[in-house]
Amino acid sequence: MSYRLPKGGRLIDRDTPVTYTFNGRKGTGFAGDTLASALMAKGQAVVGRSFKYHRPRGVVASGAEEPNALVNLGTGPRHEPNQRATTTELFAGLTAESQNHWPSLEKDVGAVNGLLARFLPAGFYYKTFIHPRPFWKHVFEPFIRHSAGLGKAPKEADEDRYEHFYAVVDVLVVGGGIAGLEAARAAGASGARVLLVEQTAHWGGRSPVDVAGGAGRVDTLVAALESMPNVALRTRCMGAGVYDHGYVLAYERLTDHAPGTGGPRHRLWKIRAKQIVTATGAIERPLSFAGNDLPGVLLASAARDYVVNYAASPGRRVVVVTNNDDAYRTALTLHANGVSVPAVLDARPEGGGALMQEARAAGLRVEVGAAIHKAKGSARVEAVAIGGMDAAAPAETLGCDAVAMSGGWSPVVHLWSHCGGKLLWSDAHAHFYPDKDLPPTGRDGQGFVRAAGAANGVLLASGAGIDGADQGAQAAAAAGFEGGDTAGAPLDAPDEAPMQPVWIMPNGAGIAAREKMWLDFQNDVKVSDVQLAAREGFESVEHTKRYTTLGMATDQGKLSNINGLAILSQALNEEIPRVGTTTFRPPYTPISLAAIAGEARGETFQPLRRTPMHAWHEAHGAHWEPVGHWRRPYAYPRGTESVEQAVEREVKNTRQALGLLDASTLGKILVKGPDAGRFLDMLYTNNMSKLKPGRCRYGLMCTENGFLSDDGVVARIDEDTWLCHTTSGGADRIHAWMEDWLQCEWWDWQVHTLNLTEQYGQIAVVGPQARTVLERLGGLNVSKDALPFMAWIEGVLAGHPVRVYRISFSGELSYEIAVPAHHALALWEALMEAGAEFGAMPYGTEALHIMRAEKGFIMIGDETDGTVIPQDLGLDWAISKKKDDFLGKRAQERSHMTDPSRWKLVGLETVDGTTLPDGAYAVAEGDNELGQRRMIGRVTSTYRSPTLGRGIAMGLVERGPERMGEILAFPGTDGKLYRARIVDPVFYDREGEKQNV
Amino acid sequence: MSDALVLKADPFAGAARVAEVPAPGMITLKGDLSSPALADALSSAVGIGVPDIRCIVADGERQVAWMAPDEVLLLLPRAEVGEVLAGLAKALDGTAHLAADVSDMRAVFRIEGGLAARETLAKLCPVDLSPGAFAPGEMRRTRLAQIPAAFWMEGDAFTLVCFRSVAQYAFDVLKEAAAEDARVGYFTEA
Repeated sequence: MSYRLPKGGRLIDRDTPVTYTFNGRKGTGFAGDTLASALMAKGQAVVGRSFKYHRPRGVVASGAEEPNALVNLGTGPRHEPNQRATTTELFAGLTAESQNHWPSLEKDVGAVNGLLARFLPAGFYYKTFIHPRPFWKHVFEPFIRHSAGLGKAPKEADEDRYEHFYAVVDVLVVGGGIAGLEAARAAGASGARVLLVEQTAHWGGRSPVDVAGGAGRVDTLVAALESMPNVALRTRCMGAGVYDHGYVLAYERLTDHAPGTGGPRHRLWKIRAKQIVTATGAIERPLSFAGNDLPGVLLASAARDYVVNYAASPGRRVVVVTNNDDAYRTALTLHANGVSVPAVLDARPEGGGALMQEARAAGLRVEVGAAIHKAKGSARVEAVAIGGMDAAAPAETLGCDAVAMSGGWSPVVHLWSHCGGKLLWSDAHAHFYPDKDLPPTGRDGQGFVRAAGAANGVLLASGAGIDGADQGAQAAAAAGFEGGDTAGAPLDAPDEAPMQPVWIMPNGAGIAAREKMWLDFQNDVKVSDVQLAAREGFESVEHTKRYTTLGMATDQGKLSNINGLAILSQALNEEIPRVGTTTFRPPYTPISLAAIAGEARGETFQPLRRTPMHAWHEAHGAHWEPVGHWRRPYAYPRGTESVEQAVEREVKNTRQALGLLDASTLGKILVKGPDAGRFLDMLYTNNMSKLKPGRCRYGLMCTENGFLSDDGVVARIDEDTWLCHTTSGGADRIHAWMEDWLQCEWWDWQVHTLNLTEQYGQIAVVGPQARTVLERLGGLNVSKDALPFMAWIEGVLAGHPVRVYRISFSGELSYEIAVPAHHALALWEALMEAGAEFGAMPYGTEALHIMRAEKGFIMIGDETDGTVIPQDLGLDWAISKKKDDFLGKRAQERSHMTDPSRWKLVGLETVDGTTLPDGAYAVAEGDNELGQRRMIGRVTSTYRSPTLGRGIAMGLVERGPERMGEILAFPGTDGKLYRARIVDPVFYDREGEKQNV
Repeated sequence: MSDALVLKADPFAGAARVAEVPAPGMITLKGDLSSPALADALSSAVGIGVPDIRCIVADGERQVAWMAPDEVLLLLPRAEVGEVLAGLAKALDGTAHLAADVSDMRAVFRIEGGLAARETLAKLCPVDLSPGAFAPGEMRRTRLAQIPAAFWMEGDAFTLVCFRSVAQYAFDVLKEAAAEDARVGYFTEA
């Protein structure tokens, strides 16, 4: 049974049928339809079920404010829940499923909740699911989780692309209705850079539907704007949020109406605007009468939108009920299009003005002082019981299949309010509107947002355009642009008689009726719920919102807020403006998470840092380890080797022959200037100013609180230049740390710093054959005398300019070679080639870790965790006693820091040779002050040492160094108890003979 | 070293063309930019004075870019780096400064395509890239999606630099932003 009217439909193309699927059944609409209009034309009254009571619900609105018609849209990689059918443009192959129904839309098991409605009052969850406690986890929560929520979460990865776009404009106009178009024209005429965004696919807002000559005026304005080079126009682009300093997010839906046609799906505009005009229109309010949530009951403006725009009729017999003149347009439009209007029920005792006269002249039955006492029906409204607003009982039952209701209009003040714009209450219109004297203010204390047209409380089309032009011109002037032709043209709309607030209908409705008056359709909040909340003491509107869930659904209460507020204020016996509104928060309607992520997904989710040898490692089977944003080879498994076997081989090969490590990720910061030595003496615990040019020194950096923060080798380059190596993850942090002290504290010291980390590739050549291979490459004297331990030289190696540091983190003979990054791969390959006959193999970070642990060298992040001072680690030798000061010095003298019972570094050796679990705690007899088992230490690094063939570990133990030989117990999370002896942390080559050859 | 390229990747041709180009020689010079000594040293070394804030000045193959209140970046043929560094060291002897060869630190990209090139960058960088706002002569240090980057214009094409370790990331996000089917159509000629 088609509800498509034979004529009209200004947005549809009847020559282009479009096939779609709803709940598995095929339907056909026309190009230009929305999913909602196509379903309406098909006669599909029930489009979803409500959240709490699973009541059948139909389309209520025709735009972004729709609470009911939410669908799971698309399938597979394009599945998305909670999509509003009213803003979903129809496309061929569209697949949608209604939400919150089981097993089917028509027969829903959860609807039994509706029978239990009196047991599911406001605050139901808080009151009911408290006892017995275990029931929450095992009974209540699983049940609620199953029945709660609307759409289904997507299961597949989104296959579309998303992007951002940064735009800077003088004037941003949000909303492409008559006010926004005029605002853009007026602002554009001044020469300002103007961007006008409109959330729908069409310009004009309500004017083409509501006003004779509206469409023509819109066309004229759009043509004028298109000819202005300084004005940009975007449709399907919603102003989503207004933030500080004129920052605005706009959400452009590029291919939602044509999925899979290429290009990004959504584009998130990040706009900086000097001035913003919010011409966001107004939203019609429902009326609260019993049964107002039945399918077929919809907003009066939506009813005429569907007829005029899509030639889709909400019913065949449509009763109109209103408290204002505007709904008469609906009655007249329906009547003119051949839809029966059995009655117009006007709640006002005197009725309306010119439009009412027009309706009467057209022969329509108009009742004044009239009300719907109850809408009747099950899956769709079938009749309305009508009578006087003040009558106790209905006088008559009218058969109908739709009700068009209007409770007045509320300006869309969301964007005005996002950044702090204040509101005033209009008694005449019963709505909040922007207080132009209290706009959101910028850094200069001046307002940067102006509302225009209906959003500014100028509801009539006759004035909206004029206000738009005025606000647009003012915005341009505030942005520094004067002049131009700014006068807006009035549209010819009749004057309207005053509306009359109607918060419940009829006035004396009893509790049974109030329990069927829906305020929030999506979250199933009724008049009775808000009244109950007030009785239970919820006086704050914010508390009532959370207690009842009014306005907390995906529509954020666009239809329900004012009605709910009015009910609350009546129950509290307060003025509406004194009760106030809840806070308007961005985004205006939900935007996709993928649009927020933009390009940050897949391969470009996060920048991945690659060393100059990255591709070589990849080609040689590297098993990767993330280190900061770097990827470093953890090991290079060969053939069928496991990662563990590879690590063992790499350690042994390096100790016995020759290993190469890509150390390019090490931080390298150049520090230069007459005060550089003094500066480094403050930064490091040891004495760097006394280091001689050509020499290296291992240094420690602490925070002001004394805790060890970073370590590395410092090389003195010349009289006033030092090169500071940092940990791989620490380069940027330490560079910022240096600049912080130089810029904020020691600003008069003559020191410059430069982070050279990326300028050099760095290769560690390690093992007994290290010198041999460098000699084989030639060009540089790396003999013991020419390059002793802890010295560096510059020169040319195998044709590459290099700086070679004789330093060792493995305990072996070791050279670290810095080479300009573009040379690094070539030098690496040359080393591998020349080293082949000596058994050269690359080794990864795990072999590096094991070898340093065998030597008892600490690792920042393993032995340190932000609470450890160098003295805890036995590094007193690296702390100068001669310096007056260094960062951390005084902190390390605090009593807690010098407490002899601090946990200190020791080696740990399991009694049976096994490997201790990482992070395990050593326990002692007794309990601590919290009644927990007393802990006296923990494992900080633990490995199986291939060199020693047993487990080795380091740990921090209470008075550890005083307890050598003692055996500690470490309960593992695997249930086993590990026993380990306290030993010296240097497990290998204690005398350092191997590195000093 | 065969060339000063980080990626061995084919140029990308979309709405805009994105290609890695060989990095020129680069020298970072830090010091008191308001001191005559530094200005003189710079002029004698490369024939260009200290650029104004956020500007880049070119003379033939040599360019000097303002990087920070105490830092400029010299761009010049790689072969000239050693000589210019030596010249700076000599001219600034006794003046607190830092000059270092940073020729290998960065990857360099060229983004061509007129308005589409502007739109490519405007998707990734919080910068006003409209023709009336960004023009040759300006040097912009900014953020390219999640990484630090800097760019300037030569003719109607952009040269962009980023750290070499993230060259692949930069190329990847630039390619996506420059895709033929992702034109924005927002900018118009000034």
